[in-house]
Amino acid sequence: MTDHFHWLIRTLHWLMAIAVFAMLCIGAAMVSSVAGSHSWLTGLHRPLGMLILLLALLRLAVRLMTRQPGLPPDMPRLQQRAAQASHILLYSLMIVLPLVGWATLSAGGYPLILAGEVQLPPLLEKSNTLYALLRPAHRWLAYALLLLILAHLAAALFHALIRQDGVLQSMLPGRAKK
Amino acid sequence: MKHPHTRHNAAGLRSRTGRFTLIALLTALPALLFAWSAGWLSSRLSPQQFVDQLEQNGGRHAGFRRNHAKGLCVSGYFEPSADARRLSTAGVFAAGRHSVNGRLSIPGGNPYGADDKAPLRSLGLQIDGGSAHEWRMALNSSAVFVVARPEDFYALLQAQQPDPVSGRRDKEKLRAFFNRHPETAAFRQWQSQHTPSDSFANSRYNSLNSFVFTDNAGTERYLRWSLIPQQAYQPQAADNGADFLAADFRRRVAQQPQRWTLQLQLAADGDPVNDATRAWPAERPTVNAGTLVINAAGPQQQGACRDINFDPLILPAGIRPSGDPLLAARSAVYSDSFTRRITEQATQEHPHD
Ligand code: HEM
Ligand code: HEM
Ligand code: HEM
Repeated sequence: MTDHFHWLIRTLHWLMAIAVFAMLCIGAAMVSSVAGSHSWLTGLHRPLGMLILLLALLRLAVRLMTRQPGLPPDMPRLQQRAAQASHILLYSLMIVLPLVGWATLSAGGYPLILAGEVQLPPLLEKSNTLYALLRPAHRWLAYALLLLILAHLAAALFHALIRQDGVLQSMLPGRAKK
Repeated sequence: MKHPHTRHNAAGLRSRTGRFTLIALLTALPALLFAWSAGWLSSRLSPQQFVDQLEQNGGRHAGFRRNHAKGLCVSGYFEPSADARRLSTAGVFAAGRHSVNGRLSIPGGNPYGADDKAPLRSLGLQIDGGSAHEWRMALNSSAVFVVARPEDFYALLQAQQPDPVSGRRDKEKLRAFFNRHPETAAFRQWQSQHTPSDSFANSRYNSLNSFVFTDNAGTERYLRWSLIPQQAYQPQAADNGADFLAADFRRRVAQQPQRWTLQLQLAADGDPVNDATRAWPAERPTVNAGTLVINAAGPQQQGACRDINFDPLILPAGIRPSGDPLLAARSAVYSDSFTRRITEQATQEHPHD
C-alpha cells in the first residue's frame, strides 16, 4: 500500500492544489473589491485559469497512461466509491470551470487577453442569454469546487491521521516501493 | 475478554478526538482564507454596494445601465495621426480607419432623466484595433472628476440619495459632504462657470483619469486625453426642454458626419497622475492623435451599444492604466452593473423562460 502516484501526477497535484485554491480566492476577491488590487487580480485570474485548464488536460492524460496505487482494500466500499467519484468531479471542475470562465467572457463580448499581445478567440458568439447563464454558473461551480476541495482535504487528513493507511503518502514525495 | 479491550479503546478515543479536532482545524483554515478573500470577514466597500446605491438614487430600470442610463448608440470610425503612432504601439494607431461603436449619454440612473438638467455629458467608445488591441473608454465633459477616491464617490452617492417622500435631494447633506471634501472644489467651480452647449455634437469629452502610453522603444508617458469637437459651440437655450439631445444629434448626423479631434495631454514630472480632481497646467504639451468620425446614430434599446460594457480598463497593448484608484473601482462596478442589466435583458428577450 506504499505505492505512489506517478511523479508527474504528484508534482502536478501539489502545484495545481496551490494554483486552484489561489484561483478561488483571486476570483472571490476581484469581484468583491473596488480597490486597486481588482485590476491585477483580474489580470492574473484569466491566464492562471487557462494554465490550470492546460495542466488539468496534461494531468488527465498522464493519469490515463500510468498505473494508480489504488485505495486500501480494507476501505469500506462506499468510501471507495465516494473517493473515486470525488476525484472524477475534481478533474471535471478543473477543466469545466476555466472553460465556463472563457465562455462567460465570450458571451459578454469581452476580449480575453492572456498577456500583452496574446488574445484568445471567443469560444462562442456574444449572447445575453448565454452570459446570463454562464456568469452565475461560473460562480456556483467555483463554490462547488471549494466545498469539494475542503472535503477532499478533510478526507486526506482522515486517511493520514485516523486510518493511517498510506493514502496520503501515495501523493507525497518518495520512491515507489516494490 | 471485553473489559481490557474497552479500557484500551477509551484511552485511544481521547487522542482520536484530538486528531479529529486537528482535521477540523486544518480544514477550517482554507475555508477562512477564502471567506477573507471574498470580503465576508470585513466591511470593505464592494462593487455590489455601489450598484445598489446607484439603484437607490436612480431607481431600478430593468435592462438599463445603473448610471448614465439615458443615451443613444452611435458609430463611425477613428483615423489616427502619425504622431499618435510615435507615442504608443497600440493597434488603434496603425494607419487607416478603425471602426467605432459608441454611446452618448447623460449621468444618472434614470433612463428618462432631463437633458437640460444634466450636470454633464458623456461618451463611451469601443475602437477596434485588431486582436489584443481593442480600446474601450468612457469619457465625461467635465474638466475634472468630482472626487479622487472610490469611497468618496460612494459617500457622495449616499449624500445624493433622494428623500423617499419628496423625491428631492437633501441640500444639507450635500453641503456637509462638500464641506468635508475640499477636493470637490475644482469640479464645482467648473460646474458654476460652464454653460452647456446645445448639442452632444459640440461637447468636449475628457478621460479625466490618467493612462500610460508605451512607444516602440519602450518609453512610457503619462497622459490624459480629450475628444475636442470640430462642431462650433452654441450655448444651450433656456427652452430646449428635457428631451432634445438624442433627436438633435440624430438630425445632425443625418446631415453630415460629426467629428472630434483626439487630443493627448502629456504630463510633466510631478503632475498629479493619480488624482482625477486635479487638472494639469494648461501649458502642458498636447498631441493631435487623430480624428473620431461619427456617421450613424440610433436608439440605444436596439443599437449595438446596448450590450457593451465601456470598461475603461479594456485597453490595447501599448496603453496601460495609471495608478488612479478610480480606474479599478470603475472596472469592478461597471462589470456588476453590466451583469445585472444583461441578465434582465436576457429575460426580456425570452419572456416565457
Ligand atoms: C491541500 C490539500 C490537499 C491534500 C492534502 C490532498 C491529498 C490528496 C491525496 C492523499 C490524494 C490521493 C488519493 C488517492 O489515493 O486516490 C489526492 C488525490 C487527488 N487530489 Fe488532492 N489533495 C489536496 C488538494 C487538492 C486540490 C486543491 C485538488 C484540485 C482541485 C486536488 C485534486 C486531486 C485529484 C483530482 C486527485 C485524484 C488523483 C488521481 O486519481 O489522479 N487535490 N489528493
Ligand atoms: C480553476 C479555474 C478558475 C477558478 C477556480 C475561478 C474562480 C472564480 C471565482 C470564485 C469567481 C468569483 C465568482 C463570484 O463570486 O461571482 C470568478 C469570477 C470570474 N472568473 Fe473565474 N475561475 C477560474 C477560471 C477562469 C477563467 C479561465 C476565466 C476566463 C478566461 C475566468 C473568468 C472569470 C470571470 C469573467 C469572472 C467574473 C468577473 C466579473 O464578473 O467581474 N475564470 N472566478
Ligand atoms: C468610482 C467612480 C465611478 C463609478 C462608481 C461609476 C459608475 C458607473 C456605472 C455603474 C456605469 C454604468 C456601467 C454599465 O452598466 O455599463 C457608469 C457609466 C459611465 N461612466 Fe462611470 N463611474 C465612475 C466614474 C466615472 C468617471 C471618472 C468617468 C469619466 C471619466 C465616468 C464616465 C462614465 C460614462 C461615460 C459612462 C457611460 C458609459 C456607457 O455609455 O456605457 N465614470 N459609471
